[in-house]
Amino acid sequence: MTLSPANEALAAEIISWFPRPRSALIPLLHLAQEQDGYLTDDAMRRVGGLVGATPAEVKGTAGFYEMFRFEPVGTYLVNVCTNISCLLWGGEELLEHACESLEVEVGGTTDDGMFTVEEAECVAACTEAPCLQVNYRYRGRVTPDDFDRLIEDLRAGRTGIAGHGVLARVRQSIPAERLAGVVPPEQAREAPVWLDRNDVEVAS
Amino acid sequence: MDQQMAVNGYIAHAPGYVHNDGPKLITSRFVHDDSFTLARYEATGGYEGLRAALETTPATVHDEVRAATLLGRGGAGFPAGVKWGFLPPGKHPYYLVVNGDESEPGTYKDRLLMERDPHQLIEGCLIACYALGLQQCFLYVRGEMAVAQERIAAALNEAYEAGYVGRDICGSDFSVDIVMAWGAGAYIVGEETALIESLEGRRGMPRLKPPYFPAAVGLYGQPTIVNNVETLANLPWMMVNGAEAYCRYGSESSPGTRMFAVSGHLRRPGVYEVEHGVTTFQELIYGDNFCQGIRDGHELKMFIPGGGSAPWFFAEHLDLPLEARPVGAAGSMLGSGAIVIMDDTTDAVKAAWRVVKFFARESCGKCTPCREGTTWLEQILRRILDGDGRPSDIDLLLDMGDNISPGPYPVAAHNGQEAVPFPPRQTTICPLGPSAVAPVVSTVRRFRHEYEAKITRRDPIPIEVAVAGASQ
Repeated sequence: MTLSPANEALAAEIISWFPRPRSALIPLLHLAQEQDGYLTDDAMRRVGGLVGATPAEVKGTAGFYEMFRFEPVGTYLVNVCTNISCLLWGGEELLEHACESLEVEVGGTTDDGMFTVEEAECVAACTEAPCLQVNYRYRGRVTPDDFDRLIEDLRAGRTGIAGHGVLARVRQSIPAERLAGVVPPEQAREAPVWLDRNDVEVAS
Repeated sequence: MDQQMAVNGYIAHAPGYVHNDGPKLITSRFVHDDSFTLARYEATGGYEGLRAALETTPATVHDEVRAATLLGRGGAGFPAGVKWGFLPPGKHPYYLVVNGDESEPGTYKDRLLMERDPHQLIEGCLIACYALGLQQCFLYVRGEMAVAQERIAAALNEAYEAGYVGRDICGSDFSVDIVMAWGAGAYIVGEETALIESLEGRRGMPRLKPPYFPAAVGLYGQPTIVNNVETLANLPWMMVNGAEAYCRYGSESSPGTRMFAVSGHLRRPGVYEVEHGVTTFQELIYGDNFCQGIRDGHELKMFIPGGGSAPWFFAEHLDLPLEARPVGAAGSMLGSGAIVIMDDTTDAVKAAWRVVKFFARESCGKCTPCREGTTWLEQILRRILDGDGRPSDIDLLLDMGDNISPGPYPVAAHNGQEAVPFPPRQTTICPLGPSAVAPVVSTVRRFRHEYEAKITRRDPIPIEVAVAGASQ
């Protein structure tokens, strides 16, 4: 599926904030992933069309970034950190427990399509080791029991965590009358007006 | 404090942050559960630094930052005022890119600053833009930090609405847009030229140097200032209180405060705002006001003083102050304010392997010594851990390291061998590859016997079995 009309409008708005459309590529891919849970070929083609990149350039760029998926993952992507600080507090054991309890290999998805378990690198919650993220929302100092309860809560829809692809639930929006105006690099520009204050100071 | 009291210094709404005694220049609002709202920000002195800046000239603001010797908090520790001075005159437009791609293992302070006090960061961006004539700001948040993205988006919306961002800020002639961008999972994007590539919609691979500084050639080829989140978060306080007041905290060469994330085998691991340059590792790790020592029944074995990229330190380094120069001379770096404490239960080889594995996974693949070398290091360490190590593997590890980072690698003194000061040399464009060598050289010098024990533990294959196997 390509972008929905609502997302087309959002995409146009996001593109308008950047001096060059290509800068909107990653935000727009996130938008597409939020819409479908992963990046479909159609959506990537459309995003490429919007920012002036070929399908190959879009996929080549998206493939560099771990968060972009080209195939569906579970509704909940569970990233267990095993990097150094988490390693010291049982991150590996937590990952093992997660796999056993959900009966998947690392990287695998449960048969019901609910959960994908992955080994994550440091997610910046090192004092809360071992930690994990569910669709990039944190849980810290997670015991095996905590983990099982979390899975129950997720199954029961008690966490408020949205499906894979959703990141921030608030979007930036800039009222047209408040916009200072994008500043394209191509235009040879004068110094901005407020820097004139320096000259006034020197003169006085 | 709102609603709940801190338990042992921890605050429920800001997990990890420890609210202890001591000056709080950038974390002062963390105690409030609504610290990320404009209402709270304005009620606690918010945007007064911007107003103070607007009442003076841009050059005065720059002078103030220079006078405060505000050191960059991203890892390299370069003075922000000096970096700002690299902008070539007259080559407008200039851009500001905020590096919120915090991913260094052990590091988290920018995330808290973005989640708990986004307006402070926004105000810092505005002050920098005003001082330098930067005409558009891009605030790049790490992809995995959904809450930080949410809080910054909400804060920007509030700030635009209230007239702090956008056209004619606070009714003045100062106008600048701040646009949030966000990544999608790549550690290397924290390198400033890789960040710019990512912001241009490409694979986040570091650019060839020279030019060394984006201040000369940056976003879209224009002069660009790339500053870390924490660096910018210092500006509002500095504008309200002045450089002189700022310099009353910390040491002469490292003024102010700094956030340190101290994790690992501690009684009270946490993120602390600490006086820069004067507090020692000893105080931070063992002090009652800070981490309160190693967990019960155990002793310190080693620690990483400055994030996953830093060579490792040991008990004899505890008296060093949290200051770049002495830490560098002793063979490591203060880096990104991430200290990882490992007690006597820690397997040095395994810990080294895990850090190396990170760099192998995150290598962007642009430079051969890093792409191949980090992978080799990881595989050799893994086979040693799996009991398949070969006696030549230790030398092979060091040789691989030498290909990524030639010459003596920074390392702490040990057994009559002198310290090699920071930084390492590199055969690569960026420091990622050389960073992978740090845990290897640190642990081989110190714990060679642990490597040897794992390698010689292999049961020898009886000669007749080996011969029979060969003849089949």
